[in-house]
Amino acid sequence: MSINPTESHTLLAVEIGTINTRAAYFDVVEGSYRMIGMGQSPTTSAAPVRNIMVGIQLAVENLQMIVGKPLMDDEGHLIVPTKSDGSGADNLVATLSLGKVLDTILVGLLPEVSLQSLENLAQTNCLRVVDRIHIMDPRQLDEIVDTIVRYRPDLILMAGGVDGGSRQFVENITGIIGLGMFLLPVANRPAVIYAGNDDLANSVQAALSHITSRISVTPNIRPALEFEDLSVAQRHLANFVVDLRKKQMPELEELKNLTGGTLLASASGRSRMVRFLSSYFGSRQGTMSIDVGASAVSLEASIEGDIYSNIFPQLGLGSATSDLLEYTTLEDIERWVPLEIPQESIRDYLYQKSLYPGYIPVSKEELAIEQAIIRQNLNLGFEWMIQRLPEEIRPKPGLIPQMGSIIVGGTPITGAASQGQKLMMLLDGIQPTGIVTLTLDQNNLLSMMGAAAEINPLLPVQALDSGALVHLATAISPVSNAEFGTPIVRVRLIRDDGTESSSEILMGDLQVLPLKSHQKAKLQLRPLQNTNVGFGSGRANEVEVVGSSMGVVIDARGRPLRLPSDPSQRRTLLQQWNKKLED
Amino acid sequence: MLASITHYLPLTTIIRRRMLPADGRILVKIGQKVTDLDIIAETMVDHQHLILDVAEGLHVSPRRAGALIKIKRGQKVKQNDVVAKTTGIFAREVIAPDDGRVVAVGSGKIVLETGGMQLDLQAGMTGIVKEIIGNRGVVIRAFGGVVQGVWGNGKIDSGILMSVMDHPDDNFDVKRLDVSIRNSIILGGYIEDPTILQDAVELPVRGLILSSIAPELMSIALKLPFPIMLIEGFGRRPMNIKAYNILNTHIRRNITLNGNVFDPQEGDRPEVFISVPIFQEPPPATEIDTYTSGQSVRVISLFKPSQIGTIKTVNQFPTVLPNGLRTRTAGVELESGEHIMVPLTNLDLLI
Repeated sequence: MSINPTESHTLLAVEIGTINTRAAYFDVVEGSYRMIGMGQSPTTSAAPVRNIMVGIQLAVENLQMIVGKPLMDDEGHLIVPTKSDGSGADNLVATLSLGKVLDTILVGLLPEVSLQSLENLAQTNCLRVVDRIHIMDPRQLDEIVDTIVRYRPDLILMAGGVDGGSRQFVENITGIIGLGMFLLPVANRPAVIYAGNDDLANSVQAALSHITSRISVTPNIRPALEFEDLSVAQRHLANFVVDLRKKQMPELEELKNLTGGTLLASASGRSRMVRFLSSYFGSRQGTMSIDVGASAVSLEASIEGDIYSNIFPQLGLGSATSDLLEYTTLEDIERWVPLEIPQESIRDYLYQKSLYPGYIPVSKEELAIEQAIIRQNLNLGFEWMIQRLPEEIRPKPGLIPQMGSIIVGGTPITGAASQGQKLMMLLDGIQPTGIVTLTLDQNNLLSMMGAAAEINPLLPVQALDSGALVHLATAISPVSNAEFGTPIVRVRLIRDDGTESSSEILMGDLQVLPLKSHQKAKLQLRPLQNTNVGFGSGRANEVEVVGSSMGVVIDARGRPLRLPSDPSQRRTLLQQWNKKLED
Repeated sequence: MLASITHYLPLTTIIRRRMLPADGRILVKIGQKVTDLDIIAETMVDHQHLILDVAEGLHVSPRRAGALIKIKRGQKVKQNDVVAKTTGIFAREVIAPDDGRVVAVGSGKIVLETGGMQLDLQAGMTGIVKEIIGNRGVVIRAFGGVVQGVWGNGKIDSGILMSVMDHPDDNFDVKRLDVSIRNSIILGGYIEDPTILQDAVELPVRGLILSSIAPELMSIALKLPFPIMLIEGFGRRPMNIKAYNILNTHIRRNITLNGNVFDPQEGDRPEVFISVPIFQEPPPATEIDTYTSGQSVRVISLFKPSQIGTIKTVNQFPTVLPNGLRTRTAGVELESGEHIMVPLTNLDLLI
């Protein structure tokens, strides 16, 4: 595909995160799209500024200095489209991961059917489920009304009934939900998304539309008992939530108008790119994006053509950290700390971090704690994501689905002190299996490129080719039941310059096979002891790999990774592993 | 870069919103003078709702029931009041099971709002009502000293400030919790022992201003009947010397402790307010600023908490920290004379 010279070329992309706002400028250089520069500023949604446009202006101000052309007028307004004097950009796109977690009540028919599907749908966005109402709910109707009045939810997600199925419960409960909403002040009434029995959509809408204008219908997420389809509802919810944010941030309307409508939830942008990259990489295995941010940990996976989106606000590294111990233990975080640090300090760090979400660790000890929290949060995120995968693609207990490519964003990881630290956090946190390419989205471009794809599908393709993402390493993680210390794989790396290296990998090993950045090589893998290196138990194969500063990493430490229970031994082992990837 | 700001001001003009959690009745007018304990608005909270199925009770269709309902939306009813009835020899009636207010009528049903608890909103400061915000709250303008904290338990009260601290790094000494400080707001250090909080309830006290508490006390602190404000946060942390000194100058004076839950979005922070008589209106507190040399800052740190210093330089480009991370920093001279490099995100501008 080539660029049509008559079409618009330049693009300003903005990503508004909880802590930072980034602005990136793309233009055509030597016939293909490149990212020319990026500016950054703290996000300004909070008091005293309370206007995200200020943060955008500051980020664009920085960007202007880098790209050497004005992108704003004298009054600080973004110039879109480009003016005849060359100032401004042809197009603007924006993504948003900022915003308070939305308190949500789920209303379904059966707890293990439609309600479960609603839980899965809720997990695709920044929602906190505060209550669940279903046909077996033991509460009186008055109590359900009280629940709605007490919680004052931001959103009610309703489903229930297969297409053509029973109507009575949904009709009755709609009346009760409507009553609860009616008793709230108009400004506090929740928005409603109905994703149930299609036959009832009109009557639900009619029953609630005089109570709230923010009601929306999407196709049934459980059209048949054994079949769940979240794809449309998920996108619908993402767009709906962005619209709801306008209530909290009215200036979003101005931004949306400037973008011509291309204002997406960051996770939607990433989902779109994951789907695209899945075909771009041409991998038979899945493609995934991970984003570790202050507001949430987001995992988007494309597996066999389906997208599984998971947003976990409770795992965000910002204000949620004081609640993290509701989901995990200090011991489970401490196990990842390679230094001798009292548990009280880890606990204090979690609570202090919630008071200062933008806090940057300064000492080695603080960094060790922060990176331990990231490892544990990734562990939890993957555990929760796997629980909601369809059974047919769910891996064996303790393992994650085999992925061909994982793209990682979020400053806590991409901004780590060394490539070794980044890689170690990912290997421990994700615990991938088989052969996976780990790529860094250093500038958090993925969501912006996902939004850009909507108006210019060529841009992400060419921007990626120009090195917008950084190849961190290819990691091979064998799965084996062999005893520690026994050989499980023989590897032979044949570089394109003709040099070779061979190695026998023992169970428990973490080895780096040197391969320079961008250098290509063939990697022959011969598993022993029925080990699975990604092609099935005991199956040998050869793959092409590309080098990076980390070479090719063989992580045979075991899946799931088990750490020594003795703290001193564990710390020594963690330090040895870290050293292997730092050397 | 926009600075994070904490106010430690001996005298300033402050403007604060005081809001009800739900719609209610505003009891003051614009321009009215209020004192800290004045009730400026009231509302009812924690209502329950009762759905009376009139159609079922009267054995009629929902449509017919509508015509037989004798009360209107908004009307108050007493327990056993007849709210709907049929006529004739076999007349039936539906009675109110409790005192309440009719909040909805329709589809053959009546919804009664019952119970509930009156919530009174105090002014929380001595000042003048500047604005009324619908039926939800007011804006008050006041003059005095302000000391802001980093965490509050959502309660508010006023009282005489008393101290049980001799040094900024004191632990709270339970033995000093005696009758001499009863009904006061107490300035204390670090609390690890939950029995201190229990003793404070029993004494009672009207509030606690603490340097910090152990994280596991957070849930207890949230349930206490009096306000708590933490100057530093969680875990053993001394009180920074600037806050310690300013609070100590107000011992035995009447103060208001507003233990607001910290809401960065809205700008609500826990704070102490000390009304001061003025001859000339002081300037309002700076709300927006950037980091520049000469500013007084608190350095946020896990292992070296509560350090105060002065910015000497603000580095325009990222620098490498001792742990290898790269970020924008400032050179800060601590009160001890030591010079350190601190990420801008870890600085709290003290104004």
